[in-house]
Amino acid sequence: MKRKRGIFIAFVKKEFWHLLRDSRTLLVALLIPVVLMILFGFTINTELNNVRVGFVIPHPSESIRRMTEKFSGNPYFTSVGQIPPTRIDEILRRGVADAVIVFPEDFDRRLSAARQGLPAEPLAQLVMDASNPNTAIQGAAYLQGVILGDVAVSPEVRLLFNPQMKSAFYFVPGIMGMLFLIICAMLTSVAIVREKERGSMEVLLVSPVRPLVIIFAKMIPYFFLSCVNLATILLLSRYVLKVPLTAGIVSILGVSLLYIALSLAVGLFISTVTHRQVTALTISAMGLIMPSVMLSGMLFPIENLPRILQYLSCVIPARWFIDAMRKLMIEGLRFTLILDDFLILLGMTVALIALALLRFNDKID
Amino acid sequence: MRTLGVLLEKEFLQLFRDPFMPKMIVFFPILVMLIFPWVATLEVKDVRVTVVDQDNSSLSRLISNEIEHSAYFEFQEVAKDYDRALLRLEEDRTDAIVSIPAGFEESLLKGSPKKISISANAVNAVKGSVGSQYLTQITGSAQQEFLQEKGIQGLSVPEVTVTNRYNETLVYRNYMIPALMIMLLILVCGFLPALNIVNEKERGTIEQINVTPVKQSVFMLAKLIPFWVIGLVVVAISIFTSFILYGLVPSGSWLEVFLACMIFIILMSALGVVVANYSSTMIEAIFLMFFVIMIFVLMGGLLTPIESMPEWAQYFTFILPSRYFNTIMRATYLKGASILDLRLEYAALAAFGLIFGLLAAITYRKRS
Amino acid sequence: MTHCNDCLISVRDLTKKFGDFTAVDHISFDVGPGEIFGFLGANGAGKTTAMRMLCGLSYPTSGTGQVAGYDINRQGERIKAHIGYMSQKFSLYEDLTVFENMRLYGGIYGLRRKEVEERADAILRRLDFLEERNTLVGSLPLGWKQKLAFSVATLHRPKIIFLDEPTGGVDPITRRQFWEMIGGAAAGGTTLFVTTHYMDEAEYCGRVSVMVDGRIMALDSPARLKKMYGAASMDEVFRLLARGAERGG
Repeated sequence: MKRKRGIFIAFVKKEFWHLLRDSRTLLVALLIPVVLMILFGFTINTELNNVRVGFVIPHPSESIRRMTEKFSGNPYFTSVGQIPPTRIDEILRRGVADAVIVFPEDFDRRLSAARQGLPAEPLAQLVMDASNPNTAIQGAAYLQGVILGDVAVSPEVRLLFNPQMKSAFYFVPGIMGMLFLIICAMLTSVAIVREKERGSMEVLLVSPVRPLVIIFAKMIPYFFLSCVNLATILLLSRYVLKVPLTAGIVSILGVSLLYIALSLAVGLFISTVTHRQVTALTISAMGLIMPSVMLSGMLFPIENLPRILQYLSCVIPARWFIDAMRKLMIEGLRFTLILDDFLILLGMTVALIALALLRFNDKID
Repeated sequence: MRTLGVLLEKEFLQLFRDPFMPKMIVFFPILVMLIFPWVATLEVKDVRVTVVDQDNSSLSRLISNEIEHSAYFEFQEVAKDYDRALLRLEEDRTDAIVSIPAGFEESLLKGSPKKISISANAVNAVKGSVGSQYLTQITGSAQQEFLQEKGIQGLSVPEVTVTNRYNETLVYRNYMIPALMIMLLILVCGFLPALNIVNEKERGTIEQINVTPVKQSVFMLAKLIPFWVIGLVVVAISIFTSFILYGLVPSGSWLEVFLACMIFIILMSALGVVVANYSSTMIEAIFLMFFVIMIFVLMGGLLTPIESMPEWAQYFTFILPSRYFNTIMRATYLKGASILDLRLEYAALAAFGLIFGLLAAITYRKRS
Repeated sequence: MTHCNDCLISVRDLTKKFGDFTAVDHISFDVGPGEIFGFLGANGAGKTTAMRMLCGLSYPTSGTGQVAGYDINRQGERIKAHIGYMSQKFSLYEDLTVFENMRLYGGIYGLRRKEVEERADAILRRLDFLEERNTLVGSLPLGWKQKLAFSVATLHRPKIIFLDEPTGGVDPITRRQFWEMIGGAAAGGTTLFVTTHYMDEAEYCGRVSVMVDGRIMALDSPARLKKMYGAASMDEVFRLLARGAERGG
């Protein structure tokens, strides 16, 4: 037993030494996640807050002037000024404006009719660039709200948890989920396949050391590296991006460490199905980017997917991590409420490691 | 020319002999076009609504009823009080709460209506804001319906008509497909050349080439041309797949779509080469490329609007070629814009192509 | 110091530094036509670094030299047309066949397709290797790979062939065959520049230089060197010279 532990420690030391000696790669692996985290944390936002509006005003009047001023004063809109009616299509097609408000000739008359509660003709016509339906739907709703603001009886609206709608909060867990999965998978898969490519893996596998030992020894340095990344990312989230981290650091760390282990296991699994570094990296980088951005709930809510894709998204580890972290970091729910996410992540980790080991053992026989 | 010929022959032989790459080049775009257009939707539907009815009047029941029968909402239940509804919201069993105050119907009939309150879970910002907008509309129309039934005039809701251009049916898929093509090109033409060259470095085969009199520009060209071909194959497959599956064709010119793709492929693969020239190991190259690619994808306006970014970040996007390519692809595909409409974007893209192409040739050194 | 104009390689005070580390320290030597020149030294003595400067793969920090009549500082690319090179690590394309590799390198040196076919067939026949013409290089045993790499380096009939540890990891019989190939090339008038750390291989060389810590400590024919140091074998000569070595081993 003691001897075995000695072998294990020797292996871990060797792997650490490998990692530390390649200082450029180390620097890159430590810096890139942090820079991306900051960059995306500040910039990614699906909220619509800058609809560019042009105006067609056939008959200028005081009330139209007041109406257009409301748009220039509103942070959700940017006015691109008055445009001739013949150029509406060109302006929209070239992407100069997202929407054009066409005021009618008799706007003043229609407005006063509406104010008196008389059934009136439309106050204005909105021409939307609907190539992005989201901008079109939301933008039209916003614009209608502003145009009709004075004349309609509207309910009081409260947005909870994040009333300023700072999306940084919402996307931080998503970015973490994507970065850890891809970076850990790339690191482990390439570390193991590189040894295969050079033939040194065979040397290790014919040695009396069990594959389990070799594999864990390979993963431990990367686990530590990822822990350093996790620490920086959490500190940045808390103090730079001001994410509340309300649920307490223990459960956040617990879920994150499990997820890192899982991501390393994904890399390990990839390394058992490939023989070349190029293939391993193509799968772990190219193959994982699309699903972990699109199917994880990072940008696009899972609930909006068609049923089949909702089932498909269940195999994406990032989905469960992001769900758990959103609840822990933003909503501040208790750990017991994310237990299902945690157990699924745990199950995936165990299953992947078992599968990878089976494949390794197969090869020796 | 002869040298370029033999080098190209070598690259294509290696490509076709690879057990993985040719399959990937064909099936990756098909898979992406099959799955991801459905994923990428920000349309809000099935908002789960809990109604807190403290009024318990015919009007409040009408409002509940309207919500129950709307396609946008999934009516949960009528809760007794606001706190209980809030608990449901915290447990993620409902998305929004409509709270109707006691005496609401009466106040409306008197002409000084109390305010309905709408609370939405805004952790999902889009769902929160759009959901509450829908709720505002539906409560408004319910009130109007109620007043009309009572024969009371005086609360007609004035309206604004909306015309949707270019995508009248508001299908989000159509908007995503050009962006998915861009993502494919970014991934394929960014990662593959970088990996290919660093692989030659790690194996030492590039040194055997460096000791021959091959010109560095010729060698780089032989590396880049196969990726232009691969990139165009990927574009062709994804255009064809999206036509077969979704019937989507560019409303602008096909030629211009290919022209823009051509420039972007050159630019992207040249960038991959530059990264490879600076990297000595695969993992280093892939990390650097991952960095660039994620910025291109997530900040180029492909998935989230550039206008939603903070101002400094919007300025930053001017140095991202994916931004211009995105504008061109979407405008050509969906709005039928021509190269003249998009001359500035084409110029920017071409400039980047030139810069990266030159950098690729300069940074490759046969001698250290 | 002036350069030897009739020599194929002529080097004066060639030096390469990496930061504070002097890998190659003011070496000077000449190699004449048709000579087999052994470049001996322990691992890390600076052999490969020196050779890379001669092949135009690396710039000298200081010093001058001519290879095939071209200046190594300024005419690196012109040197490359006249030399063949076989690196320490096998570096032909493993996913191409034997003939495809030959066609590639022949094409790069400007040989016409027919010329390449003729020369390739001649070489393969001489090696008794014709049936492996369309075998993927990756599936060949190491000894065959080395012989093939050497053949590819001779394909365009260069004036000089540089061989960096050509016999590393190869069995003794193949090593003997390999040196016979080298001898054959030299007999045909080609100059060979061979690095090795197997001292017994020095006996195959016309002249050898022994490099220790980046400097050339001795340079002469193996027989004269043994006599000079009163040693029975080149191995002993080397051990005498390398006693004070700080690096390598």
